Amino acid sequence: MTDLNDAVASLDGVCHRYQSIIALDNVSLTIPSARMVGVVGPDGVGKSTLLGLMAGVRRLQVGKVTALGGRMDDAQHRAATYARIAYMPQGLGRNLYHTLSVRENVDFFARLYGQSSTERAARITMLLRSTGLEAFADRPAGKLSGGMKQKLALCCALIHDPDLLILDEPTTGVDPLSRQQFWQLIERIRERRPTMSVITATAYMSEAERFDQLIAMNAGRVLAEGTPEALKLHTATDTLEAAFIALLPEKDRQGHRSISLPPRGAQAGPPAIEAQGLTMRFGDFTAVDHVSFCIESGEIFGFLGSNGCGKTTTMKMLTGLLTASEGSARLMGKPLGTDAMATRRRVGYMSQSFSLYSELSVRRNLVLHADLFHLPKARRGPRVAELIERFDLGAVAESTPDSLPLGVRQRLQLAVAVLHAPELLILDEPTSGVDPVARDAFWALLIELSRKDGVTIFISTHFMNEAERCDRISLMHAGKVLAQGEPDALRRQRDAQTLEGAFISYLQEAGAEGAAGPVSLDVGTGGSRAECPMGWLSVSRIWAFARREAMEVLRDPIRLVFALFGPIVLMVAMGYGITFDVENLSYAALDQDQSQESRMFLEAMTSSRYFDEQPALADFDELDRRMKAGDISLAVVIPPDYGRDLLSGRVPQIGAWLDGSNTTRAETGRGYVQGVLATHLADLAGREGGEVVDSYPASVEPRLRYNQAFLSQHAIPPGVLMMLLIMIPAMLTALSVVREKEMGSILNLYAAPVHKIEFLLGKQLPYIGVAMVSFVSLVVLMMSLFGLGMPGSLAALVSGAVLFTTAATAFGLVVSTFVRSQIAAIFATAIIVMIPTINFSGMMYPVSTLEGGASLIGKAFPALYFQQISAGVFNKGLDLRVLYPNHLLLGGFCVLFWVVASALLRKQEL
Amino acid sequence: MRWISNIYRLGVKEIYSLLRDPVLMGLILYTFTFAIYTVANGVKTELNNASIAIVDEDRSVLSSQLIAAFLPPYFKAPEVIELSELDPGMDKGRYTFVLDIPPRFEADVLAGRYPAIQLNVDATAMAIAGNGTHYIASILNAELLAYVSRSSGDAALPVDLRVRAKFNPNLDSTWFMAVMQIINNLTILAIVLGGAAVIREREHGTLEHLLVMPVTVSEILLAKIWANGLVIVMAAILSLQVVVQGLLGIPISGSVTLFALGAAVYLFAVTSMGITLSSVATTMPQFGLLSIPVFVVMNLLSGGITPLESMPPALQKAVQVLPSTHFIQFAQAVLYRGAGIGIVWPHLLATAAIGMAFLAFALVRFRATLAAVH
Repeated sequence: MTDLNDAVASLDGVCHRYQSIIALDNVSLTIPSARMVGVVGPDGVGKSTLLGLMAGVRRLQVGKVTALGGRMDDAQHRAATYARIAYMPQGLGRNLYHTLSVRENVDFFARLYGQSSTERAARITMLLRSTGLEAFADRPAGKLSGGMKQKLALCCALIHDPDLLILDEPTTGVDPLSRQQFWQLIERIRERRPTMSVITATAYMSEAERFDQLIAMNAGRVLAEGTPEALKLHTATDTLEAAFIALLPEKDRQGHRSISLPPRGAQAGPPAIEAQGLTMRFGDFTAVDHVSFCIESGEIFGFLGSNGCGKTTTMKMLTGLLTASEGSARLMGKPLGTDAMATRRRVGYMSQSFSLYSELSVRRNLVLHADLFHLPKARRGPRVAELIERFDLGAVAESTPDSLPLGVRQRLQLAVAVLHAPELLILDEPTSGVDPVARDAFWALLIELSRKDGVTIFISTHFMNEAERCDRISLMHAGKVLAQGEPDALRRQRDAQTLEGAFISYLQEAGAEGAAGPVSLDVGTGGSRAECPMGWLSVSRIWAFARREAMEVLRDPIRLVFALFGPIVLMVAMGYGITFDVENLSYAALDQDQSQESRMFLEAMTSSRYFDEQPALADFDELDRRMKAGDISLAVVIPPDYGRDLLSGRVPQIGAWLDGSNTTRAETGRGYVQGVLATHLADLAGREGGEVVDSYPASVEPRLRYNQAFLSQHAIPPGVLMMLLIMIPAMLTALSVVREKEMGSILNLYAAPVHKIEFLLGKQLPYIGVAMVSFVSLVVLMMSLFGLGMPGSLAALVSGAVLFTTAATAFGLVVSTFVRSQIAAIFATAIIVMIPTINFSGMMYPVSTLEGGASLIGKAFPALYFQQISAGVFNKGLDLRVLYPNHLLLGGFCVLFWVVASALLRKQEL
Repeated sequence: MRWISNIYRLGVKEIYSLLRDPVLMGLILYTFTFAIYTVANGVKTELNNASIAIVDEDRSVLSSQLIAAFLPPYFKAPEVIELSELDPGMDKGRYTFVLDIPPRFEADVLAGRYPAIQLNVDATAMAIAGNGTHYIASILNAELLAYVSRSSGDAALPVDLRVRAKFNPNLDSTWFMAVMQIINNLTILAIVLGGAAVIREREHGTLEHLLVMPVTVSEILLAKIWANGLVIVMAAILSLQVVVQGLLGIPISGSVTLFALGAAVYLFAVTSMGITLSSVATTMPQFGLLSIPVFVVMNLLSGGITPLESMPPALQKAVQVLPSTHFIQFAQAVLYRGAGIGIVWPHLLATAAIGMAFLAFALVRFRATLAAVH
């Protein structure tokens, strides 16, 4: 290889900021190729940004970044190098698809790189075998332990034999045994493929010892570069952790002191927590399996274990958030669940993720909690001030939490947790992702709380050095407690040098899942990598996205049921419910004449099926009152002397009063009264003269076309079909992209050699499929239940439906790429689609009567055109020869929406 | 006391969060301004701007008088077309009505031979086909009577029917559409905001945080209801004052205060409904799909668009469980007919009772769904 001695990547004067926060501050460095380079430093110092820029998934703001011999701000170079770079983002299995199995996940990535089916099968088998995941190939990724998730993510990253492997904190939150195995795996891969460069970020200083070259970072700047030995030598320290602290600028080191745990005085009273055989099952999955422990008052008790081993679930059972499936527990002497409110006032809880309100300032958050805990009014102000002082939050009191570094946020969470001076603190991984200095400061606070205030602390962590600071710890794995006792005693029991060694030994004894992997390595057979230039639109990549999306849809049966049965229910309700055939119009008469003639007319009214007669009116006051109350919508007033006037040809007046608040009903009512009167008069004339005499000189003969029976049941369902085929598919698709943004798997789009339009089309296809299934079921329903025929062309309908659902889903994509949260996606889809679909498409009101803006909006939205097709085929008996302009326009909408969605979708993170 | 103060505190927080979400606030603004205006102004349920064509096979004085009788704003200027254009024109939806005046029509009328005019109606245009037919028939009849009486001196009809509409004398559907549109948008907003607020807090873990504090589920839910409800009611009232009364110039005869009270009760009911839905659907995609049928039914089948009494009896009974059915009756009575609390209290009570039932259901289901998230 020619670039063996060259740099694989370099940065020159790179700055990066997120609004007001500076992530990288004029960073310049060179990364040698074919090495294992570690970027070390606490959370929030710019490590992830640095790696993202090198991988090309983050957009460059200022400076110059090169990787694999080209500038990463050059889109052409990026397109050429996607296939040579593998990027594994931070967060356990963040870019995996949790409902897909292990094999399906790897298969998806292999398809993205255009590998043939034989090549895929061979590579997947090889990778799964060498990572020990083969036995779990069919397990959904979401049900893997943290360590296994990371191994799977590594498989996905290695599927295309990259030249540059970028790993962002791959082992954070993983148990020590899996961590060890992970690094062994990486080492073996490097033995096989010595030319591959690895850049990895880590917050564990102990791991950094393995790396060839280290870059120590803090606050967006590079503190030092060099081999681990050189760094230790330079700072005259013997561990990297100490070396890092020594490298920090003076002001950041301030207040740092070594942590020591003073001995605990004897405590009286019942144990703070007593748990007996606590068990929690979710379906067939046992998250916590008969866990028992006893925590004495004033003790610091540590729960040590990897992510997903049941620590959080156990804590949630103790706080009452979850109800145990089995077992019992006592909190401060009382069984769980008794007098929950009183217990809550004595307990402080801090959950794993930040759970305060990020839209409220630090001070407001504290004040809100002081109010909610109902501290005496006079105490609230001083208590908040005291906490701000004690937890060193003064400088940030008016800032909102999302603008603060993680360490500060966790201090705020702890401040909130102790605000009401609880006797027991339950802290779920409070220091995860916090830098060493801040972590030590945090522990100093905990120890002070325990030893000075006598607070019992139940804390979970995956840091070994924190576990050593606990009075007693419990080692957990896969829902079970492996061992319990004082940290030092546990270490001695196993004859281990360190607590980590002891934990690994316990894990091996327990035969941890996936731990026994033989790790015989055949990864990267060398030189066989098929060069896959990105080229133009690739059907196989579209298919890869479509296939994956389809599997996800199929694994969420609730969503599928809503998507397929919702429309059927709606069709039935709308088909029967929406009706313009006004019947049973409630009417009452005010007959001031009471003659035979007036009674005859009123009888004619009553016998009409359109009117529903209510008790007669006595006077105009009653008319007013009852109409106001909505009792009657029509009143007929017959004046005194009506009969006499009629007989003498003096043309008496009849008054009809309509309730104008519902205009449709009123308009129709007017027509009915006129009709009844005309018939009545014709009747009268006929009876008098002995023959039917027409009162008008000519007759108007309405010929109802397309719907002879004039039934809403025939006219409405084609419109409802249109409405359902746009609303449901648009809603399904609208959430698809924004959900990936919220969940993080959108990163695969950023890092893979794919075009945006391939991603979009792939997302769309399964939803078009769902919509077409729905279409078939609805058409069958319309023809059977509502008895509609199909006088028009089936081909026109089906082709129209395909185009229409494609346009609808493409519109969903536009919404999805535009909004940032799922809530906004739901709302925007509901409002934006519903209004033109119902009002401006011709479904409820004829398009030819629309005016101004309404008419324009109607024409600029696809609903109108499928309404023409649907009504044309079902009611008017039309075929493609007449309807084709609608098809063309629908096709045009598809293209338009694709263009807009592609323009809105970013291929890089900002 | 403690209960009320917690509800108040949590609600203030809720309003604060809402105000800080610019996209959502933008959508709310759009919903209560532009969306109301275009629909109210653009959609007419009365005969307005109807497209009519006339095939004049008679070409007489009478037939041209008849053609001239179709006037705006009820009709677009009538197009005189050939018989061969009748079918294609109707197929494409260009004309809702086509009148076919037969040859020798005038002569037949004058000779008392009682000829027939054929009126072709696009009966798929349900909203105006029926009204339009009546309307056209009465225009034609009036013209014919006038024509005949002029030539023969015969009197017109023996009875003079005077039709008047109360509360909305010109039967201007803008009045109707504007308020119904406000109610429809109110419904969508309350369902989505109420339900999604719960799901979002559940997904972000803040709900669990609240649940370990000395705060009850009822406090959390009621805080969400009053806070989201208040914002939406304020938006709706503003819309009523500025867009409906101001821009559209619609006179509101009833008490806006009473309407606001009713809207508050209605929002309590609908937000509770949204929260109930969020306990059935646990993820946002599920919630999005589940909410569609709910608000579509509420918007179309509660008497807001098509009259309730025309629906099949079973369906009429079924929609009584929807708060919208009662609220629409309330709103129509108060805003158009100027009804007071003495008349509308039963609707208000029904709306409140339905809200209570949903809230009770949500409370019972709440913790169960929390466990189901795992």
